[in-house]
Amino acid sequence: MKAADAIVKCLQKENVEIVFGYPGGAVLPLYESLRSSSIKHILVRQEQAAVHSASGYARSLGRVGVAIGTSGPGATNLITGIATAYMDSIPMVVFTGQVSTELMGRDVFQEVDITGATEPFIKHSYLVKDATQIPRIIKEAFHLASTGRPGPVLIDVPKDVQNDRLDYVYPQDVSIRGYKPTVQGHMGQIKRAIRKLRNSKRPLICVGGGILRSKAQEELANFVTKAKIPVVHTLMGIGALPVDHPYYFGMVGSHGFAHANRAVSQSDLLVVIGARVADRATAGPGLFAKNAEIIHIDIDPAEIGKNLGTLIPTVGDAKNILQQLIKGITSLATDQWVQNLREIKDSQKDVLFEDRVGVNPKVILKTLGGILEDTAIVTADVGQNQIWAARNFPVTGKRQLLTSGGLGTMGYSLPAAVGAKIACPDYQVVAVVGDGGFQMSMFELGTMAQNGLPLVILLFNNSRLGMVRELQNDGYGECFGIDLTGNPDFIKLVGAYGFSGIRVHNDDQFADAMKTGLAATKPFLVECIVDPKESTL
Amino acid sequence: MNRHILSVLVENQSGVLSRISGLFSRRGYNIDSLAVGETEDPTVSRMTIVVQGDDYILEQIKKQLNKLIDVIKIISLAPNVSVFRELVLVKVSATEKNRASITEIVSIFRASIIDVSNSTLTVELTGDQEKIQAFLELMRPYGIKELVRTGLSALQRGDTQISQTVTE
Ligand SMILES: Cc1ncc(C[n+]2csc(CCOP(=O)(O)OP(=O)(O)O)c2C)c(N)n1
Ligand SMILES: [Mg+2]
Repeated sequence: MKAADAIVKCLQKENVEIVFGYPGGAVLPLYESLRSSSIKHILVRQEQAAVHSASGYARSLGRVGVAIGTSGPGATNLITGIATAYMDSIPMVVFTGQVSTELMGRDVFQEVDITGATEPFIKHSYLVKDATQIPRIIKEAFHLASTGRPGPVLIDVPKDVQNDRLDYVYPQDVSIRGYKPTVQGHMGQIKRAIRKLRNSKRPLICVGGGILRSKAQEELANFVTKAKIPVVHTLMGIGALPVDHPYYFGMVGSHGFAHANRAVSQSDLLVVIGARVADRATAGPGLFAKNAEIIHIDIDPAEIGKNLGTLIPTVGDAKNILQQLIKGITSLATDQWVQNLREIKDSQKDVLFEDRVGVNPKVILKTLGGILEDTAIVTADVGQNQIWAARNFPVTGKRQLLTSGGLGTMGYSLPAAVGAKIACPDYQVVAVVGDGGFQMSMFELGTMAQNGLPLVILLFNNSRLGMVRELQNDGYGECFGIDLTGNPDFIKLVGAYGFSGIRVHNDDQFADAMKTGLAATKPFLVECIVDPKESTL
Repeated sequence: MNRHILSVLVENQSGVLSRISGLFSRRGYNIDSLAVGETEDPTVSRMTIVVQGDDYILEQIKKQLNKLIDVIKIISLAPNVSVFRELVLVKVSATEKNRASITEIVSIFRASIIDVSNSTLTVELTGDQEKIQAFLELMRPYGIKELVRTGLSALQRGDTQISQTVTE
């Protein structure tokens, strides 16, 4: 069998139905095999979007996303997407074409060392030099991407190798001697954790994206309900526990809620689950939870002890460990502590800003929460719009909020929404984005139009790189390089792609506009005019 | 800052060395030496890595190395239960007059002269790092023209094998 055909066969074995990609000379053999296969190829408009879309797809379905690019510039365009996926532990397999083996190392046309270039931010990569290894490599790649701490895996396939022949047999199982993730938590450590919890007066749980990767939302809810422990979360932990859960106490960190941060600093025992708790979640090294002993649960042993001094390290899968914890725990005497936190939470007030021009983004996102269904997927870009969404859009029920946390990649939300809508056509999908981020990925309007994706873009137009404006203003008193004069008429712009939009100037106009957008059979833009002086918090 | 010696089993494949050395440089770990070669199993290479760092750094290095899919096993080699050797080749200036005194030092150190020219001697020496250091100090006054070292290689003493050693 031709190697390119074998790649497609292997993908089918891995139940891949959709790939996001952009062709070029070095992947033509693979594209030819895809053409005659059952796998659907979504043509993005720039390779970075292929990876972000694969990420949106992977996250919304809890499966492995697949992206494809050609050699050279195609491969380098993928890089930001790969780094974004790596930082947020998104399971993904990325294929790149490479120049033919006999040309490699000569700096020929469109040659670039993509396995080398991506080394610092990829879970693993393969440069395929022998076509007969393809089935094993693909099997391993999907295994690596989706198990342990998930992440992107790259397979770089030279063009001549794609044309080679091999005897196709898909391996039954994988055996990688250097890769044996610990899934089951150590019982001794779990028992120690339970003992500590019993003796704690002010226990608190801080969860991150690991809960979502491990699909442990239900276990988390059951555990905290049984044990009566309040929960805070990082940006990546949004959706780990619904906001209307009685033990939900909000997002921590520099952009989190003061009451959540207060809970962290007052707690005497903090259980961190599936979070690395890097700088954005803390006020600085050594300052996080300085009154608490820490139990850290993570599938990646390298996360434990890296950012937080830990009393009880517990390596393993969050779902598995939470199941053990549920078995061992009894209801704790936390009523007073929880009551305390609730009072602090209820006493918090929003920053006042009365004579704004345009909408109040925080009100808009809360209103959106009242409109969307229980399964809706919201993607959020980076900047003020991201934090507005993270703090104000209520993730309840089976809702999801997908955003780039670790790398903070502007331009993520539009392609991620494309991926999510393709993955979950029956769910409402809304892409929250700023006017800066919109223009970093607006080429994806083409992908949306081509695939007739009825998703809604919720654009917050403040004519500024708002987050940077605010940072400059707070830090230097003056702003520079943030004025987006030259912005297009966004409604006309989407009109050029054949879909419509509504401009919203005040909060009252929003709900109707959004409902019109959600009812549309094509992509739809809701553009909210935002005061440039609007604050993030 | 302490010196630590790590013995690391890795897949014997292209790209592995780059992954490991890249990890050290981008995370800012200080590496004194790195020696690598095939083992009794041709699919496996063994690296001896000498690093500087406190306990936190050492733990991070081990964990980050372990994250690499190509890394099979890592152990720390404690000086009291391990043997260490390094090979050095040194080309020293030698004249009619001082040739004899150099040769004398060479024989005291049980080094050997492996090449000679009108104006130089090339000496090979194997030993632990203290011995090599002492030898080089003695050679320095004659004029070291070129020097190359393999970096430290090490094994556990006795019948202990890395494959049977439990990693902590
Ligand atoms: C690719 C990339 N470049 C630069 C930045 C730095 N950055 C963070 S927020 C921001 C401003 C975003 O502006 P906009 O998309 O309009 O969102 P707003 O903050 O106005 O809501 C910038 C430039 C980034 N995060 N990502
Ligand atoms: Mg903006």
